Amino acid sequence: MAVCVAVIAKENYPLYIRSVPTENELKFHYMVHTSLDVVDEKISAMGKALVDQRELYLGLLYPTEDYKVTFPNQLCSYGYVTNSRVKFVMVVDSSNTALRDNEIRSMFRKLHNSYTDVMCNPFYNPGDRIQSRWAAALLGLPPSLCSSALLKGTVLR
Amino acid sequence: MEGLTLSDAEQKYYADLFSYCDIDSTKKVAANGRVLELFRAAQLPHDVVLQIMELCGATRLGYFGRSQFYIALKLVAVAQSGFPLRVESINTVKDLPLPRFVASKNEQESRHAASYSSDSENQGSYSGVIPPPPGRGQVKKGSISHDTVQPRTSADQQEPASPVVSPQQSPPTSPHTWRKHGRHPSGGNNERPLAGPGPFWSPFGEAQSVPSAGDAVWSGHSPPPPQENWVSFADTPPTSALLTMHPASVQDQTTVRTVASATTANEIRRQSSSYDDPWKITDEQRQYYVNQFKTIQPDLNGFIPGSAAKEFFTKSKLPILELSHIWELSDFDKDGALTLDEFCAAFHLVVARKNGYDLPEKLPESLMPKLIDLEDSAVLSLERPDPLQLCARDSKRFSESIPNHNCCEGSGVQFGPKFRISLFLIAGVGDQPGEVGYSGSPAEAPPSKSPSMPSLNQTWPELNQSSEVSKLLFSFININFVKQWETFSERSSSSQTLTQFDSNIAPADPDTAIVHPVPIRMTPSKIHMQEMELKRAGSDHTNPTSPLLVKTSDLTEENKINSSVKFASGNTVADGYSSSDSFTSDPEQIGNNVTRQRSHSGTSPDNTAPPPPPPRPQPSHSRSSSLDMNRTFPVTTGQQQAGVVAHPPAVPPRPQPSQAPGPVVHRPVDADGLMTHTSTSPQQIPEQPNFADFSQFEVFAASNVNEEQDDETEKHPEVLTVEKASDSAGSLRVAKTESKIEEKTAAGAPANVSKGTTPLAPPPKPVRRRLKSEDELRPEVDEHTQKTGVLAAVLASQPSIPRSVGKDKKAIQASIRRNKETNTVLARLNSELQQQLKVIWMFLRREFPWKFNWNNFDHSLTYKPIAVNCEHTHF
Repeated sequence: MAVCVAVIAKENYPLYIRSVPTENELKFHYMVHTSLDVVDEKISAMGKALVDQRELYLGLLYPTEDYKVTFPNQLCSYGYVTNSRVKFVMVVDSSNTALRDNEIRSMFRKLHNSYTDVMCNPFYNPGDRIQSRWAAALLGLPPSLCSSALLKGTVLR
Repeated sequence: MEGLTLSDAEQKYYADLFSYCDIDSTKKVAANGRVLELFRAAQLPHDVVLQIMELCGATRLGYFGRSQFYIALKLVAVAQSGFPLRVESINTVKDLPLPRFVASKNEQESRHAASYSSDSENQGSYSGVIPPPPGRGQVKKGSISHDTVQPRTSADQQEPASPVVSPQQSPPTSPHTWRKHGRHPSGGNNERPLAGPGPFWSPFGEAQSVPSAGDAVWSGHSPPPPQENWVSFADTPPTSALLTMHPASVQDQTTVRTVASATTANEIRRQSSSYDDPWKITDEQRQYYVNQFKTIQPDLNGFIPGSAAKEFFTKSKLPILELSHIWELSDFDKDGALTLDEFCAAFHLVVARKNGYDLPEKLPESLMPKLIDLEDSAVLSLERPDPLQLCARDSKRFSESIPNHNCCEGSGVQFGPKFRISLFLIAGVGDQPGEVGYSGSPAEAPPSKSPSMPSLNQTWPELNQSSEVSKLLFSFININFVKQWETFSERSSSSQTLTQFDSNIAPADPDTAIVHPVPIRMTPSKIHMQEMELKRAGSDHTNPTSPLLVKTSDLTEENKINSSVKFASGNTVADGYSSSDSFTSDPEQIGNNVTRQRSHSGTSPDNTAPPPPPPRPQPSHSRSSSLDMNRTFPVTTGQQQAGVVAHPPAVPPRPQPSQAPGPVVHRPVDADGLMTHTSTSPQQIPEQPNFADFSQFEVFAASNVNEEQDDETEKHPEVLTVEKASDSAGSLRVAKTESKIEEKTAAGAPANVSKGTTPLAPPPKPVRRRLKSEDELRPEVDEHTQKTGVLAAVLASQPSIPRSVGKDKKAIQASIRRNKETNTVLARLNSELQQQLKVIWMFLRREFPWKFNWNNFDHSLTYKPIAVNCEHTHF
């Protein structure tokens, strides 16, 4: 189950970041930030491979064990990078279920599609922060449910 | 919604007047033809006449349907009696004399007056620049006549008799919508950023009337802030809407009245919150949008690229954020370009936003591509009882929109299941193609005019078959799996939907884009079928066990209001709007059969009532559907305030399981009752050999079930029912366990479904794969109806079970065995159907998320704490 989704611009500033348990946002931001290093590593490593056949999905980036009382779960972050080097990072709570790679992959694919939809909006200037109203469209959901069902939507397929 | 109570004399008189005015026999009377002359002959001030026309809804519609006309006449009578001109007063004021019309002394004068007033009407309707809209304008043009007013003196009038209960035809809500005001002429175009002539949008003062309506729809709305208009309205005073409309003719007194009536209208709108979708694009507006589209993209089938659209819409000077939101809403297919429909929606939203309305969270249905211009026709098709007329009208409408298809297919495409469900219901009631379950109103449209007639009739037998099948299925499920009511009705109605998919949608039209409308329409209709079933259960609640009682009550009811039924049906032919309202005011008066149709249609998705959430695919969520019921109920019951006939008690969300078979027992009787009482339509009751057996079977089952009432709270009541039945007979352990297993797999976690598949069940495929397209679904559905048909035949071939089972042990055992077999088969069928339902709903929810009102979704059900939810979300 995804608990945080972030869209990071090419220049590594966040275009959009959203976490479900809002009280712990900072922790997720931190985690996403940390994962970016791994993303960069992986991208640079992959850059030597064939560029056009590059796999967009980066796989597991950064597993953490967090024994805090507030969120006693194991969190994993997964990465995905588009061809324009926009990065998607998803923090997943994997304490209860071991998510299969395929599921994460499909979530990212959906996220990518939503991102593409957002980019199709002529009123969006690439590089701008994705506004919260749009954020819903990012995941194909209306804004009202953005906070709660947003991430669930990615999981529900 | 207010109903209109007419005495006999009034009814007759009004009908006369209507037929007088309805020179074209179109059931639509242009607002500026004879009607205007007639109203002028009532010797009321011009502004009062206009006010009446507004209150009755004719101004908004652009014509008088029968109900609008009657209401208008009633209002004329109210005005002539000196009562304040309000919509309520048509019913509150008792012993109202008939409206008086005196012949105009001077023909020339009246002609002049008529032309003057029609001129002013036109001014009020559209700005001078914009040509009359095509759709309604045609009607208007066709029936314009400046004949002299036929003398109608009060000499032949009678004193009104004491009011007789007549079908409540509610007046359409007063047309105080911003769309109407959108037609205002306006002086200031100087700030208009757009090229070309434009419509003129309402001054913000009038916007005050809308949020009340809007609130009903989009709960998130806040009242629009006072805001400068895109199109300048600097000279329009914001205080009174009507002042701007007829600045010259408004007197002080009438201004007060008008404001009062406007608020009244708003209240009514709030109550009904029905068809009058404020987001709907009127013809004039659409015309204008199309013109604007042409300035950018000459090809109407082409696209406006995002860059051009951006350039265009930024002229509105709306903030970019809002524009982008509008874009997200309107770019339906998210391709970064706007088609004509999308452009219209976007433009409409921009204009609305410019006028201070909050943007909706999701695209209003009326703005959805392909549906924009067809909303009201969809409603009409539901309301119209007469297939011939229905076809004729549809063909007319669809000849515009879908030129290449014949209209039945066109309607199938556009209306989707909603339309068909109504047909289906009618068929289910009448069990006969020609009958349609209505009395009165013979077909008036020439059949040759509608090319769709043959095909439509062709679909009817199928409908009958499917209804037959679903009835049987219905009863089977009922007998064997006496589930809690909600899930039960959900399932049964879904089975109906499935059969519909089978018989209609699949053959409907191969090459059109069916995919969108079909599921779109399915959502509400399904829910309304549930609702309808609930209503039936409500009526059953009063006399649950005796079909005869039901029948007689229906009978008396029908007799009592026999004349009014006719009246109502004529009305629904005339105007779909009115009957959708009359449903809400008295759903019970024409008996259950008609109620079913109306309950279905009255809360059609065109209503501004929030679309009900989709039923859960998981059967374990029975609570959710009960909540859903609770949500849908206040919407309807709230509108039924003016019901004259006693209204059935609200059905508890979880009736006793014994009531569950009620509708089934009731159903054949229903059909019979209707057949015997609809006198005007030809009757041939089709042979239904299975059916008789069934009713007996059901009675038997119902008696079994009645013993089981206390088990209602159990988790699997159906299993318990089976258990009890078997226990009482002696030995049926096997069947019990079997069915239990079946049930558990069916009701259990979705992942288990594949494990629990039986030979009958579809192969366990991953859900995603099966969801790829509807075409993939169809064969299965097809298969299913066949199965159910086979099943029905099998079951029907069994001899009916004798009631005195205690006597003969062998007979008991034999019947047990039979029951056991039946149970197994039905359990399989049940699990199968459930799975299919789930699949379909998942498909719908995934593919058409915008159709489901997430705002009103039961969050407690959809969203669970993450840690808890993990297992459930992955299956």
